[in-house]
Amino acid sequence: MALLKVEDLSLSFGGLRAVSGFNLEIKPGELVGLIGPNGAGKTTVFNILTGFYQPQEGRVFFDGTEITGLGCHRINRLGIGRTFQNIRLFNELTVLENVKIAYQYAGGYSWRHTIFRTGSYRRYEQEIAEWALSRLEILDLAGKAEEIAKNLPYGEQRRLEIARALAGRPKLLLLDEPAAGMNPQETMELLELIQWLRQEFSLTILLIEHDMSLVMKLCERILVLDYGMTIAEGSPEEIRNNPRVIEAYLGEEVS
Amino acid sequence: METETTTGLEKPEAVEKWRTHLLPAGLAILVLLNLLIFMEHFGFDIVSRYYKGILILAFINIILAVSLNLINGITGLFSIGHAGFMAVGAYVSALLTLNMGRWELVSSQVQAVLQFPLVLLAGGLAAALAGLVIGIPTLRLRGEYLAIATLGFGEIIRVVALNLNITRGARGIPSIPNYTNFWWAQLFAVLTVVIIWNIVHSNHGRAMVAIREDEIAAEAMGINTTYYKVLSFTIGAFFAGVAGGLLAHHLTFISPKGFDVLKSIEILLMVVLGGLGSITGSVIAAIVLTALPEVLRFLQAYRMVIYAGTLVVLMIFRPQGFFGRAEVNLAFFKSLFRSRVEEEMKSRSEERGGNGGSA
Repeated sequence: MALLKVEDLSLSFGGLRAVSGFNLEIKPGELVGLIGPNGAGKTTVFNILTGFYQPQEGRVFFDGTEITGLGCHRINRLGIGRTFQNIRLFNELTVLENVKIAYQYAGGYSWRHTIFRTGSYRRYEQEIAEWALSRLEILDLAGKAEEIAKNLPYGEQRRLEIARALAGRPKLLLLDEPAAGMNPQETMELLELIQWLRQEFSLTILLIEHDMSLVMKLCERILVLDYGMTIAEGSPEEIRNNPRVIEAYLGEEVS
Repeated sequence: METETTTGLEKPEAVEKWRTHLLPAGLAILVLLNLLIFMEHFGFDIVSRYYKGILILAFINIILAVSLNLINGITGLFSIGHAGFMAVGAYVSALLTLNMGRWELVSSQVQAVLQFPLVLLAGGLAAALAGLVIGIPTLRLRGEYLAIATLGFGEIIRVVALNLNITRGARGIPSIPNYTNFWWAQLFAVLTVVIIWNIVHSNHGRAMVAIREDEIAAEAMGINTTYYKVLSFTIGAFFAGVAGGLLAHHLTFISPKGFDVLKSIEILLMVVLGGLGSITGSVIAAIVLTALPEVLRFLQAYRMVIYAGTLVVLMIFRPQGFFGRAEVNLAFFKSLFRSRVEEEMKSRSEERGGNGGSA
């Protein structure tokens, strides 16, 4: 059974048809790439999947239940984690606090514990701190746990975003241009990291990326969007040679 | 240089040291005050009525500032309607006290002690209800839009109090029993600070801080932002209501005039001066701003000019407030009650110190 199933998704902003008739099915454990020229509607698809936008048509199913129209925080709690194209960290907080916040609902305690600082409060706080630290260790950020998030170098901010998304224990991870602004060296490290994360946490990943070398090496299946419509779908090899994709990226051949 | 920076702003060492001594010094002064005032029961009137009045006002202002800080500083909702919630609490509790008959079973003194906290609680709950009703529609607004909406709410409350029969309009409510004393004010101030401190340093508080930092990211991390915004507003309103009740039973007279926009601004001032997001900063700012006009009394007519001037100078030289977002250094407190969690965290981070942090 598919982990994520999207049926005929459409959304217009005024006269602009951002996404039209988008279909997608992801099986557990798959790593799917979503590519397309600027303004093709990739991030809009992400925002619909995570509940930031409500689609005008179509339905979204996750893990057997329909999530169309649910609020973002509820979709997150069902197991969809995401990162943002333009990094959205909690800038003034420490690296550790950033990750702790994402842990919120995996192990919450009640108001009684909060106000009276019961033993459970301490136990939960310790659990949260340890869990958050372990996520940071995975992404090699543990040494920077006490630093303010905005003071981290760019590449580490990207990694922190992934750590934060992982802290919510997602089944499906949506990465929005994780390699944007990284140098080739960092991109290669990211590639290894994503592959390793996927193995380690048996994650299903949907990825938006402009760096073709990364997408081609990483993804088993690629979807190409243009003007809100899927124009091609297939293995990296098929996509590379698909005339419609080449046309979308490079324009029509002059005859 | 990899030194630890908690606020992102460089702090001179002297300030850091000063903050370390602040908490033990503050506690010592509080204990001393308690002793001095307790001596009354043995016939030594050491602290005069005037000074006790200032202390009570300081405690009330602490409640107001800390509760507004939960809304403005921690959750990042810019509210300037705090006097409105105060008014709700003040009127509800005052009217309850005045209309509550004599209880048959106990003496009138015992009745006063028993009913006062109940009445304050009722005032707080009424204010919290007002916060809930106002919060649900207005909290979808952001920044200055929310500020204007809350400003409008404060005015509505004032105008309602001005026109209802039960509140006696502009004549106000006179001869409210003077139940508020040093002990009650202190008790409720300490309770407020402890409860709000505990909320802020829990996962609920983290959710509120996340909203302040980035609402969209908070939502994407599974935080129900609407719930926490309304909740923060309601809790803040509750404590403002309690403070209003204390004030009503301290001044023994309330009228709509005492709960106008200026009052809201005064509370906001304490929060900004103490540092948005710093609870201990709010406490200190509340004390300073309560004491300052009294200290400056010898200047007579120039008093308010100097008061306002001090604020301008402070904002120019320290725009982030006394503490920014940091708190009073708790090293002293922690050495008393060092928790296992922190010890473990510390030993862990020391272990890691050498190999971690590869860039």
